[in-house]
Amino acid sequence: MSTQAISHALPHAGADDAHHGELSFWHKYVFSTDHKVIGIQYGITALLFLQFGFFLMMMMRWSIAYPGKPLPIMGHVLERVLGDVAAGGVISPALYNSFGAMHGTIMVFLGIVPLAFAAFGNFVVPLQIGAPDMAFPRINMASYQAYVVGGTIMLVSFFIPGGAAQAGWTSYSPLATSLNTNGQTFWIIAMVFLITSSLLGAVNFLATIIQLRAPGMTWMRLPFFVWSQFVTGFLLLLAFPPLEAAAIMQLMDKVAHTSFFLPTGLSINGGAHISGGGSPLLWQHLFWFLGHPEVYVLILPAMGIVCEIIANNTRKPIWGYKSLVYSALTIGFLSFIVWAHHMYMTGMGTKISTFFQTTTMIISIPSVIILTCLFLSLWGGSIRFNTPMLFSLAFLPMFGIGGLTGLPLGFNFSDLHLHDTYYVIAHFHYVVAPGTIFALFAGVYYWFPKMTGRMMSEFWGKVHFVGSLIFMNAIFQPMFAQGMAGMLRRMADGGANYSAASVPGAIGGLSPMIMHFNQTISIAAWCLGLAQIPFIINFFWSIKHGKPAGSDNPWHSTTLEWQTPTPPPHGNFTKPLIVHRGPYEYSVPGRDKDFTPQNEA
Amino acid sequence: MSDPHDAAEFQKHVKKYLFVFYALIVGTVATVAASWAHIDSVALTVTIALFIACVKGFLVAGYFMHLMSEKKMIYGILIATAFFFAGLMYLTVLSMQPSSLIHMK
Amino acid sequence: MDIPYVTTPREDTGLFNAKLGIWLFLASEVMLFGALFSSYILLRVGAAPGAWPHGLLNIPLGMTNTIVLICSSITVVMAWASLKMKNFAHFKVYQAITLLCALTFVGIKSYEYHDKFTHYEIQLKDGKVVDGHILETKEDEYVVHGRYVDPEEQAKVTHAWQERAIPESEISVKKADVKYMENYGPWHSTYMAIYFTLTGLHALHVIGGALVIGFLWGPGSGMWKTDPERYTNRIEVSGLFWHFVDLVWIFLFPVLYLL
Repeated sequence: MSTQAISHALPHAGADDAHHGELSFWHKYVFSTDHKVIGIQYGITALLFLQFGFFLMMMMRWSIAYPGKPLPIMGHVLERVLGDVAAGGVISPALYNSFGAMHGTIMVFLGIVPLAFAAFGNFVVPLQIGAPDMAFPRINMASYQAYVVGGTIMLVSFFIPGGAAQAGWTSYSPLATSLNTNGQTFWIIAMVFLITSSLLGAVNFLATIIQLRAPGMTWMRLPFFVWSQFVTGFLLLLAFPPLEAAAIMQLMDKVAHTSFFLPTGLSINGGAHISGGGSPLLWQHLFWFLGHPEVYVLILPAMGIVCEIIANNTRKPIWGYKSLVYSALTIGFLSFIVWAHHMYMTGMGTKISTFFQTTTMIISIPSVIILTCLFLSLWGGSIRFNTPMLFSLAFLPMFGIGGLTGLPLGFNFSDLHLHDTYYVIAHFHYVVAPGTIFALFAGVYYWFPKMTGRMMSEFWGKVHFVGSLIFMNAIFQPMFAQGMAGMLRRMADGGANYSAASVPGAIGGLSPMIMHFNQTISIAAWCLGLAQIPFIINFFWSIKHGKPAGSDNPWHSTTLEWQTPTPPPHGNFTKPLIVHRGPYEYSVPGRDKDFTPQNEA
Repeated sequence: MSDPHDAAEFQKHVKKYLFVFYALIVGTVATVAASWAHIDSVALTVTIALFIACVKGFLVAGYFMHLMSEKKMIYGILIATAFFFAGLMYLTVLSMQPSSLIHMK
Repeated sequence: MDIPYVTTPREDTGLFNAKLGIWLFLASEVMLFGALFSSYILLRVGAAPGAWPHGLLNIPLGMTNTIVLICSSITVVMAWASLKMKNFAHFKVYQAITLLCALTFVGIKSYEYHDKFTHYEIQLKDGKVVDGHILETKEDEYVVHGRYVDPEEQAKVTHAWQERAIPESEISVKKADVKYMENYGPWHSTYMAIYFTLTGLHALHVIGGALVIGFLWGPGSGMWKTDPERYTNRIEVSGLFWHFVDLVWIFLFPVLYLL
């Protein structure tokens, strides 16, 4: 039953609670085992990491657009703090490489996954299934703490002699092992903590969704967001351990001088004695065995969020709920057997290559089905164009571009030309940046009133949206052209040396227009940074000064998280609840309201 | 776990556990003895060792870990895991073979 | 609202929360050790002929460790069964034996590691290679219990039993003749690397499991008085983890020691 007024009183704590009465500040906000607090902790920490990763990218874009020129303002700071690698305020290639490696690592492992899976998942999933908390609250707290430890180690690595990891977020051996600095070691140790955090979180999510659904909440009545988190949990559970094994082996290579990934005959650091006999390809296989499911971890929660918001803002049920569910399950299953499409250039035999190409093509089908269902859900809808809906609507074509541009990469013959070029960068950023991040923005605007009882400003939300949409496209659209022209990834000077060495007009050289895009892209990137400022201010200002939501269910939604007081008390639901109907009963003919909450009899 | 707390009922389980224990010891001795036999074929040696290990493994998993009487949910999770583990092992080893068997003619 | 299904199982799944949780965790552990086993296969199949060593590990010790873990497996399940039959005293005894077995296992493993760290491969300046344990270090020479290694003969070794047949004797090696010497740590070869990684990670799991079982046996045993069902479930869940650790060793032993 939805409550009438916003209530702030804590209900009487159950006998199982370890505490009675008021908790201390530390127990309530820092060492909390309440999934909502942990969700917000994850959310704020992840947003901060996303911002940091963004700063790294803004500095990298300077080096690409104006190689060899000192970085304004930040150049002095870098020189003071980091020393030689930023001599004269210029970003050296080594520093660029470490920015690049850390940008990728931080955005993926410290930013998107914690925000999409852990933050939104922790806050919303127990509420949406009608549970009082996650199945294992203390493990939940432990997983957040492991995340913070891992993130701290990553940040600290910038300041050690030699700086942070430089071998890309993919940390390929032998480069990762042969660099004479400790940045890579810190990276590996931090990854072990982050993987542990994810594993604990995955166990918690899966056990919660399987065991703690309220009476009447059958599998096919779950909101699609819960299904997407469920599949994501399985991906994290089963795909991360091989990377953990690989990380342990790479750590042994670095610290114990083993040769898991070092082939015979390799000379490391002037001939330090290694046994050889290892295989660099082994690292790649183990890394990408996680790496591919990881990208589905990045996208599935986002699809879930978009689905919730589209259903709510079209005032009609989602088209093809069953197709969505089966597609998500299929994606989860198939994602484990496509990984070597990241390794087409490693000389695998044609039979194995063909196998991976086939599975890669097949996995695009359920993704298209999901997108199609979401598109079709718009038809005949009474669309409300609020900020969450704008971001969700934009997600659809943006993810569409990202997904379709992945197809040439999935085929061996076209990947030959495009591998490791800016085309790849454009493809995956389209999927993650105007894809997943838009969905996450939508989620923030959407669930903000449940967390705080206030709405974020619609006007500034729309400003944020328009700015982000325009500049994200301005950044990544030209990169397709750059990649097809042959511009390679991870070049600190943006291809300047490469372009200067080629004969003007020759095929394979980088034309002045392609090189000029470097500057337009960089300017767009800095403008994108400016476009986030309204969001940041809006977010913090609205906590205390936003328009009051007016009810516990300001969006008039059917799902259970809106049937609690605002903010939900410890234990979430004040009365025992029973679920009677599916998740998207909007505009059902014959009813007086245009929505029917799931727990309404 | 949902078994009755009946002592007599449990004695039957205890008998099963003891049987498994003896079987495991026998399996251990057998696997060491097999390694002492001078079998030339590497493939056969590996097969025998892995076969005995699998039998011991099934005994531990089936009886000590109660998998024989466990619920479908657990079975489902484990079968999926086994499938992905097999995929990891098989596909990785296949991709790294330089053998001509893996090239299309 | 309390979290449901902590002790009573949920009707449609038939499980209580912690049991599902531990099996999910064990699934991830299967992938972890599975990745290491896959790496073992890859490294071995990819090794140059004759480059993969055999017979470096002490089989009687390995077999003892296997039997020790099997014993601990039955005691851990008997401990849980005792609790189900409401016999706390028996539970205490069985778990104590489990912990002793864990200690024994780690002790034997430490001895084996020590043995490998004192096992040297000494390359002499004249091209000969001496392989064995250093019995005594004198001022200008090493006294080694081992053998001269013939690379051609070594390349023909494909089975552990072939290596065991090679006789060893006492050899004196002058320090001045030594070009390079290295002990059989993880850096020595990919075989030692994967051996130390697999058994080291396994040993960490043994220690971790023993710590949990020890905690529940000692400081955490008060719950038997306040909430016996929940306590019994904890013992079952920790026992499942312990069995998994035994299961991994059941595969580790033949793969590393016997093949």
